[in-house]
Amino acid sequence: MWQIITDNWSSFLTGFWNTILCSIIALIFSLILGVVFALLEVAPPKFGKVVARIYIAVFRNIPLLVIVMIFYLIVPRFFIKLSGFAAGTIGLTLYTSAFIAETVRSGINSVGDGQMEGARSNGMTYTQAMRYVILPQAMKIVIPPLGNQFINLVKNSSVLAFVAGFDLMYQAQLIAFATFRTIDTYVIVGIFYLILTLPLSYYMRHLEKKLAD
Amino acid sequence: MSAIIDFKNVDKYYGKFHALKDINLTINEGEVVSIIGPSGSGKSTLIRTINGLEKINSGQLIVTGYDLADKKTDINKIRKNVGMVFQHFNLYDNHTVLENVMLAPKIVLKRPDDENKNIAMKYLEKVGMADKIDSYPRQLSGGQKQRVAIARSLAMNPKVILFDEPTSALDPEMIQDVLDVMKFVADQGITMVVVTHEMGFAKKVSNRLIFFDSGKVLEDRKPEEFFDHPNTERAREFLSKVISKD
Repeated sequence: MWQIITDNWSSFLTGFWNTILCSIIALIFSLILGVVFALLEVAPPKFGKVVARIYIAVFRNIPLLVIVMIFYLIVPRFFIKLSGFAAGTIGLTLYTSAFIAETVRSGINSVGDGQMEGARSNGMTYTQAMRYVILPQAMKIVIPPLGNQFINLVKNSSVLAFVAGFDLMYQAQLIAFATFRTIDTYVIVGIFYLILTLPLSYYMRHLEKKLAD
Repeated sequence: MSAIIDFKNVDKYYGKFHALKDINLTINEGEVVSIIGPSGSGKSTLIRTINGLEKINSGQLIVTGYDLADKKTDINKIRKNVGMVFQHFNLYDNHTVLENVMLAPKIVLKRPDDENKNIAMKYLEKVGMADKIDSYPRQLSGGQKQRVAIARSLAMNPKVILFDEPTSALDPEMIQDVLDVMKFVADQGITMVVVTHEMGFAKKVSNRLIFFDSGKVLEDRKPEEFFDHPNTERAREFLSKVISKD
């Protein structure tokens, strides 16, 4: 097993780096998109609600692989050419953002109506009340489920392997084919994923504790 | 005395339910008005229309010079002048006592920090909560929360404060502290509209009493006259129940 690592060290490293890069980009933008669509869904205007519901329904209910394939095969045909890495990262971002939107929305809804009424009758606008009173409380509530979403995101980045995204899983397939050491290779890749997901879950738990005080 | 709240032919429906029926009511600057009546009579709905938490369906409602029925009215302008104190306090759970009082003046009135803090501390001292400024709402008793909520309203320098059953969720021994603070508010000359079950407050502190039932003003008189000689059968019935309970 050690030999596989040393022989393919640069491939593993490239894959690891691409997995990290994809995860970080997808994490940042899915969080932004998720919060935006959650806010659209809870805000009074009807139009925003409709847009958010359609967006969430579409991206939550289609398999991730299909979304990625759409960006890899269909979008380049009509719009712009996307690399496998780009198509996979965009697909993963949109897919995850739909789940994050639902998580954040339920967090906002679990903050009592009284908080909004208190803030509004204290003279704050809807936006001010959201920003200073509702969202800080909602984000605290949604940290544990958000942690789940982030860990799923890191693991789901393995979808890049299907579109030549040069991530860990893609490299694993190549190495396994070349060496016929399938089990060893995937065990090693599993450990690489743990190196990412374990600190992430530890950090989310730490954040949860810190905000609980 | 000039009118600060003016209902003209106001109606309010929840679906088919007629919650407020053709309300005509003028409240003048500096008045302390108690609204009493049975549960479900529409008292809370009435008071919540004054700062736009409930929308009216028809008629005209002018508060501090702005017409609430007019869609072009910026509701936030009214709310700067009209504070509200709730049955369940509605303090900001993610902010300390001091932050609760300072938040709206800071972001709504853009009051400078040092002045803001002086004013906040002044009112927190008045309501007896100056030693709890760093506590969070969850660390306070109901009575303490309500006193902070009153300080939070006062810090906006409002012309009117609405009280929606401010003592109904409190333990009996906490009620008097809150009533004392409300007496202080009345002494400041702030117009108060108080939905209450505290007959003692209605009688002693308020200078006008409204008996409300089934979405209508049934009596609108001086408190002592009302308690001595209620005019309507409905009010007599209500008072006999409330007083026999005590």
